[in-house]
Amino acid sequence: MDSTVSILANVVGATSNWVRSVFEFQFARAVIFEVNIGGHLFVEGLLLIVILFLLSQKSYKPPKRPLTKKIYFICIKMRVSKIMLRPLPQPLVCNESKENKCKEKFPSDFNRADECVQDFQEIDELCEEWAPEPLIPSITDDMKREPPVLESAAGPHTIVKGKDVVNFTSANYLGLLGSQELLNGTFTSNVEWQETCTTALEKYGVGSCGPRGFYGTIDVHLDCEARIAKFLGTPDSILYSYGLSTMFSAIPAFCKKGDVVSNLYIENENLPSTERTKKFTNALGHSSIFCVCTRFDNSLGFLLLQRLLCLEKANVSWDEILYTAKCERQLAYVNLGTSELDRLGHGIWDGRLIAASPNAPPPKTFMVATPNDEPQYIGVPFANVGTDVKINNPEIATCHQISLLLTLFCNLPFSCRDEGVHWGIQNGLQLSRSTIIYFKHNNMESLRNTLEKVTQENKQARKLRRYIVVEAVYQNSGKIAPLDEIIKLKEKYRFRVLLDESNSIGVLGSSGRGLTEHCKVPSDKIDIITAAMGHALATEGGFCTGNARVIEHQRLSSSGYVFSASLPPYLASATIKAIDIVEEKPELLVKLRQNIALLTKGLSDIKSLEIVNDPLSPIIFLALKQSTGSSKGDLQVLEDIADHVLKEDGVFIVTSKRSTLDKCKLPIGIRLFVSAAHSEADLVKASESLKRATASLLPAYD
Amino acid sequence: MITIPYLTALTTYFSYGLLFAFGQFREFFRKIFDWWRGSNLQGYAPICLGLEDFYIRRLYLRIQDCFGRPICSPPDAWFDVVERVSNDNNKTLKRTTQVSRCLNLGSYNYLGFAASDEYCTPRVIESLKKYSASTCSARVDGGTTSIHMELEECVANFVGKPAAIVTGMGYVTNSAILPVLIGKGGLIISDSLNHNSIVNGARGSGATIRVFQHNTPSHLEKVLRELIAEGQPRTHRPWKKIIVIVEGIYSMEGELCQLPEIVAICKKYKVYVYLDEAHSIGAVGKTGRGVCELLGVDTADVDIMMGTFTKSFGSCGGYIAGSKELIEYLKYSCPAHLYATSISPPAAQQIISAIKVILGEDGTSRGAQKLARIRENSNFFRSELQKMGFEVLGDNDSPVMPIMIYNPAKIPAFSRECLKHNVAVVIVGFPATPLLLARARICISAAHSREDLNKALEVFSEVGDLTGIKYFPAEPQKQQVEENRVKLE
Repeated sequence: MDSTVSILANVVGATSNWVRSVFEFQFARAVIFEVNIGGHLFVEGLLLIVILFLLSQKSYKPPKRPLTKKIYFICIKMRVSKIMLRPLPQPLVCNESKENKCKEKFPSDFNRADECVQDFQEIDELCEEWAPEPLIPSITDDMKREPPVLESAAGPHTIVKGKDVVNFTSANYLGLLGSQELLNGTFTSNVEWQETCTTALEKYGVGSCGPRGFYGTIDVHLDCEARIAKFLGTPDSILYSYGLSTMFSAIPAFCKKGDVVSNLYIENENLPSTERTKKFTNALGHSSIFCVCTRFDNSLGFLLLQRLLCLEKANVSWDEILYTAKCERQLAYVNLGTSELDRLGHGIWDGRLIAASPNAPPPKTFMVATPNDEPQYIGVPFANVGTDVKINNPEIATCHQISLLLTLFCNLPFSCRDEGVHWGIQNGLQLSRSTIIYFKHNNMESLRNTLEKVTQENKQARKLRRYIVVEAVYQNSGKIAPLDEIIKLKEKYRFRVLLDESNSIGVLGSSGRGLTEHCKVPSDKIDIITAAMGHALATEGGFCTGNARVIEHQRLSSSGYVFSASLPPYLASATIKAIDIVEEKPELLVKLRQNIALLTKGLSDIKSLEIVNDPLSPIIFLALKQSTGSSKGDLQVLEDIADHVLKEDGVFIVTSKRSTLDKCKLPIGIRLFVSAAHSEADLVKASESLKRATASLLPAYD
Repeated sequence: MITIPYLTALTTYFSYGLLFAFGQFREFFRKIFDWWRGSNLQGYAPICLGLEDFYIRRLYLRIQDCFGRPICSPPDAWFDVVERVSNDNNKTLKRTTQVSRCLNLGSYNYLGFAASDEYCTPRVIESLKKYSASTCSARVDGGTTSIHMELEECVANFVGKPAAIVTGMGYVTNSAILPVLIGKGGLIISDSLNHNSIVNGARGSGATIRVFQHNTPSHLEKVLRELIAEGQPRTHRPWKKIIVIVEGIYSMEGELCQLPEIVAICKKYKVYVYLDEAHSIGAVGKTGRGVCELLGVDTADVDIMMGTFTKSFGSCGGYIAGSKELIEYLKYSCPAHLYATSISPPAAQQIISAIKVILGEDGTSRGAQKLARIRENSNFFRSELQKMGFEVLGDNDSPVMPIMIYNPAKIPAFSRECLKHNVAVVIVGFPATPLLLARARICISAAHSREDLNKALEVFSEVGDLTGIKYFPAEPQKQQVEENRVKLE
């Protein structure tokens, strides 16, 4: 026993001696800047070794995808010719005289200095030659449309041009907006609500003057976050200062490059099949949209094609179009009228059919462009029309079958760029740079297939973060997502769900807690819920709610939260009060539902318009039964109806407008936001007025 | 350009190295515990990536109490900071009922419009009564009230452009409008220190993005020449259009943009200028019209002028001002105009009233006084800080002045010590700045009195000595100058 202890003591003593000797080594006692370094150098040396080791580790580089041969060839060719033509010199600072500069640079070598001056001049010329496009395209008349200006609060009744009108443009579902005089005192909850706002304004001023991290956190923000979490039964929530920024900040916080996101791809899939046929024939009857696309989409080629088709329509042939497409290797959507197609006939290139003319006999032999071909193209009047369409017109049938064939073979992910989700989500997804796959709008079969495919094809998928992004009530169609089925699929394929509840909080569910309550799904099954508060809660801003980890992560990683000033405190107070009202007054929800049912009933017998939305949705979405064939034409017709209704009967409704950036290709429609504060007379007035307007403006149906 | 002292750089790297090493050490045990506990989310990839989370868990959480301090009063010259306690080593913070009254050197309340104002507040409340707190509708639908029209006209006049469009959030203004203006085949040349909203907007646009050295016109010219000569990548076609994006005052550096030189270069090469005046509009210039006025640049030479209302005007939202056609096009196509809820009417009224005060249209000279005051305050404060030996970034006249801290341990120390002396400052570290260049940022307001500033200087001097962030030798005190200043007051 003693011996072992003594051995141990010896060992410890020897080690300590060694360590001490190391520390007392001459080098270790160096004095730098009058500071005795002591044993630090030893530790620092160790650190240096660790750093060097880490530096020597290779970082992962994603494998480069080879370009297809053809394209590669062109690129190389271009580059070579470029280099031979114009060797680009090192840029020079231009304020000084170029000769001096060049002489300075090559003081001994006159030839090189001379060359340098020449290069300089060449760049000067190039800069001189370069002519930029105007900042914006020229303004056409349809861009100048001015919206009506409201002269009072945007309540259920408002004043436009001095006239009292019934307002169906505000997503003021619970009727919190609106001044008392116009409501004749029948509706009281907005009085208290207004008072809360006033008190908060007096206490906190208007703005918060800082981002949340830097003294922009007011106590009401924290209260509001807690209130939202309590209301929705989630652990925590986070406030954003603007509804639009909520999604596009929250998504990139969780999805990075490489992650898989399944999104909604909207198509006219929900229409009954006869309707679809009608739409289809309609589309062919007026104009058809064909697209010729290659992998390298570039809008320049698109412009060229457009010019070819618009300016010199009479002379252009398929060959020319295709030649342009080939040269430019672009994506190009070509919008052709029927007459144009009649003249051009089928578009066949290299034996592959890319566009079908409705009136020409079907080609006897053709190949279908496949995804592996380069360039890739597909000519489908309505991509993914479906398979169960009954066809009446045989000529169109052939054309349709061709397009079906094409659809079957060319299931190109990049041709399915029609997202139905609103722009905030689209932008967020784009910013996240993750892999985005779209499934058909509200089509669970399509979702299942997509999920199956992703899981099967991608062996790495299990290690990637995977999300399904859906909206509870679609702003672009008024449909409601079948959350219970999505949850089943999510659990089967282990995807996370991002749900946007902007239009469902305070509307759906027995106590207004949104889609989760409506579908009886516990809210912890949804990983991330976001919502804009500029709807039923009648304030501004947005929130995201979920488990504590998700929220904490956003507080430092979500750009719209970190880098933007916080929500004005009076709006946070107003939100708290609005949630109180939702909880305290369930009769508002009952009234809202009654109103929705009433208006739906009133509008259902309009012959020329159809109701697209779900019967429970507070957004009533009316689309044209017979499209004019182009979205511009549709918009014009619908705008005329809206203007007529506003002018004649004082009912304020609007069409759904699309930004040029929006990729959603869902049909445009008239959108009516129903409020609990609308009286029965208002709803009757609206439906009667719309009936009259459509009867006079779209008489073909009567 | 910030030059870090050699020794400081070394110690800073060393500190981060140490933090990283200990962090990894703790991560190792965490992983073991996680594995021990098992996860009920089989088959899901972790929702947060490893290294992102590492920074939050091991570095940010330790000094979490310095960020996001809640306040319970308007962000005026003095405000009430709610005290927080933590029972689990700063992992979570709980609010207490105790508050401490602190001097506010953190908020962007440049002109002092954050607190209630004799002219603005009654009008804001009136508009709340008339128009409610929100419109619940996008501008193109039913979200345009007469107050919005008035606001746009007012802003266009103030900025000195024919027309303007207003959105409800400054961040969205940048990130939603850039994609409308430019797309594929275009080129965005952005200052290397531009705000995140510009970066996101540029990314969302699909245009090619290049950066030039922060606030260096000569480098901008170099980059421009190179890129115009080279054309688009791969195809070498000429660019469709080029937009140069700069900020008026860089919020993390306090520097004024070298606008005259940059505009001259842009004119020469026929490229468009996009000027983000988030921090400068209302805060600098003789009548508060921003850097253009301060530096004598004709607003007609700046194609797109952007700014926010969060700062000087004490409200929320942002604007774009430009030619009539530009605004018409934006109103036709910008998603923020088409989809987002329009700016809250009381907030809009606050901006209108604030502009009226600045321009003296309220019938008093308060606006002019405020502008004179913020200029005087910022120049005084900056020169005093420099005299004490702090490393202060930025230009004269700019109300934003960062004090360099560098070392990670000094970041929370400075903030906590200042708070103990009832001075609230903002400290900025990664991700808002590069890892090495942590700093404290002072925002001067017109609401600060000379006593307030003197108190702040006293505290800073003391805390600066304690934390050792006076990286330069102090100038000898000039007693006489001080006395003169006091007399002038």
